[in-house]
Amino acid sequence: MKARVFVTLKNGVLDPQGKAIGHALNGLGFASVGDVRQGKVIDLELSETDAAKAKETVKAMCEKLLANTVIEKYEIELK
Amino acid sequence: MKSAVIVFPASNCDRDAATALEQMTGQKTHMVWHQDSELPDVDLVVLPGGFSYGDYLRCGAMANQSKIMGAIKKHADKGGAVLGICNGFQVLAEAGLVPGVLMRNAGLKFVCKPVALTVEETQSTFTRKYSAGQTVTFPVAHGEGNYYADKDTLDRLEGEGRVMFRYQNNPNGSARNIAGILNEKRNVLGLMPHPERVVDPLNGGTDGRALFQSLIETLS
Repeated sequence: MKARVFVTLKNGVLDPQGKAIGHALNGLGFASVGDVRQGKVIDLELSETDAAKAKETVKAMCEKLLANTVIEKYEIELK
Repeated sequence: MKSAVIVFPASNCDRDAATALEQMTGQKTHMVWHQDSELPDVDLVVLPGGFSYGDYLRCGAMANQSKIMGAIKKHADKGGAVLGICNGFQVLAEAGLVPGVLMRNAGLKFVCKPVALTVEETQSTFTRKYSAGQTVTFPVAHGEGNYYADKDTLDRLEGEGRVMFRYQNNPNGSARNIAGILNEKRNVLGLMPHPERVVDPLNGGTDGRALFQSLIETLS
């Protein structure tokens, strides 16, 4: 089973990298771009075959290491 | 005062810290490898600056998983003094030994220069030899020194006199100009600027000496 984890900054936490990307896109002529937020994608290969258990395990990984929940939130997608 | 400096892969201020400590204490400092699981019998543990584990995932995140961190948490729980400088502060924050997080600098650039700081509190093991409100100049050298914590945490830090150093001209976007904070028990200090680089006048300043003198006076 594969899992994809999206780690992004919580709403309200300043994202200077996202801002810089937004400015650069505006500079390239993409005038329609407003606020930009960036984050990380982490792909995991798991030996687990039970989806519920896999999700539980990946959630624990997010809490312990993959995200810093003071500033970041995460979403888990199983494939 | 007996001290140890933790060496992570890609720590690069570990020897600066050891040199400063040895110069100030006249005693040999223990260099402790991150894969060790026990600390020698010491009064002070220093987590030095650098780029431990290449700042992979988040600065300080991988270092927090290393073996020695268990012993450091125990040392801190027992009331032992811990000083985290720069990357060491980032590791302390990841470990939850101090609240908050160090984020990417608001200007996105690595900042490397001497900065003026105000010593906010002198009621601590780390700052008692300074005077309250005193201006000191320490160098900073970081890309991720932008201190963030939620409003309640910031209010609590200020209310409990745990903001030890503030930037006079904020170089990184830190909340409330915070440069260094204490944990609740006041035995763990994390700060982004480098006091160990201003101990010897040959390095351009001696404003860091009082921090080590404070520790020596309290812990010897």
